[in-house]
Amino acid sequence: MGLSTLAGKLTTVSKTSALLLFVLLVANASRAQESPYIVTYDHYLEEPGNLGIEYFSNFGTQRGGNDFHAFWFEFEYGATAWWTTELYLDGQTTFGDSTIFTGFRWENRFRLLQHEHFINPVFYIEYEQINGADKIIKEMEGHDVESSNLDPNGLARQEHKHELELKLILSKTFKGWNVAVNPLFTKNLLPSEPWEFGYAIGTSRPLALKASSKRCSFCPENFVAGVEMYGGLGDAKSPGLHETSHYLAPVVAWNLPSDWTLRLSPGFGLNDNSHRLLLRWGVSHEFSGFGEMIGRLFGGGR
Amino acid sequence: MTKQTSLLRPRTLTTAILAGTCALGISIALAQSEQPVGTNKDRSSHYYAELAKAPEKARTRANPREGDPDAVAAGRKLFEGHCAECHGDTAEGAKKAPSLRAQEVQQATPGTLFWILTNGVVRRGMPVWSKLPEPQRWQIVSYLKSLGVPEKQP
Repeated sequence: MGLSTLAGKLTTVSKTSALLLFVLLVANASRAQESPYIVTYDHYLEEPGNLGIEYFSNFGTQRGGNDFHAFWFEFEYGATAWWTTELYLDGQTTFGDSTIFTGFRWENRFRLLQHEHFINPVFYIEYEQINGADKIIKEMEGHDVESSNLDPNGLARQEHKHELELKLILSKTFKGWNVAVNPLFTKNLLPSEPWEFGYAIGTSRPLALKASSKRCSFCPENFVAGVEMYGGLGDAKSPGLHETSHYLAPVVAWNLPSDWTLRLSPGFGLNDNSHRLLLRWGVSHEFSGFGEMIGRLFGGGR
Repeated sequence: MTKQTSLLRPRTLTTAILAGTCALGISIALAQSEQPVGTNKDRSSHYYAELAKAPEKARTRANPREGDPDAVAAGRKLFEGHCAECHGDTAEGAKKAPSLRAQEVQQATPGTLFWILTNGVVRRGMPVWSKLPEPQRWQIVSYLKSLGVPEKQP
């Protein structure tokens, strides 16, 4: 791929991204303290009553086909201190092909224990209604490999997937370091399809543990850096590492005092079945008191 | 490069919006029903009762940031960012969460406040704050302890 072609593609991506960034910048929000992970989950849920709106981009290289820019919006709501519910809307542009909406996901995370423990488990359940052209690659499962994304959009979108995805999120924070492990189990709701397996693991730490007394954008405590690794582990018919893809991705989040969070993560494929590069970035805002506002609209004020 | 086309599927999008609305409705209803009913004083006493649940080992922990001249200012900054939304700008309490200037809180040991911050009161809507590094939680404790009890209790 020539440098000018890559630059052109990134310009399209950055125009879309800049527009979204502008929308998010003018909004009023509460202070963010977000983890840098894009694929891995830690055990921290959305604060109750808050609505987090997030936009993510995933630029992927594709051998034997056209590179793509997948994107998704997340609407994350803290229903209670132990339950977070989230709606995803996915789409993608395959360069030289088309831009399409590829489906939605409804995710729920439930904190299983009241207090902090040595390891903190969170149960994750997600329903996905997506088509075969979905390329956000939010998780790797089964035998997902780079060549699975070769079909042109017109053909790929004809495949409809209704999937149930379960994760057990295990996470621990110690001396500023967070370590999270997410085993993943996915079932296409067609009876003939087997359970598929995958994993995501991550670790991260703020650059400084102590907060400075002044409001600042570039204080080290505003930055959280780490690394995550994710991949497929086959399916119930053929478990294991053969015909699977795996990625290693440094991650960094910048929590700004002006109430928004930026994340960046270049993911590198670890074997020949993986995309060589998945460059992800995202921006998010958290709107406080959203639940209360809606409750008041329906006469729920006490 | 060929012309790019938009192939949005209205039916899937409508289903997504409906599913999202249902989820939001259920969760908001549940969140509202989790607030303890009764007067503000009744609600606050439910929260303050949690302070007594701190284990002895946690209660006796000393604040390592005590004596740090910057700790109160840094704690205040953190409080404004993470706590004021529910507890009020000056910790006087609000609809969602009780006053942190009350005697029950001010007389609690620094270790007790640190334990509550770390573990939250998940059943009553306060999230765990262990995602803030330990030194930052102690800075918040320093700020809270600096507030003192107001002269006139409401």
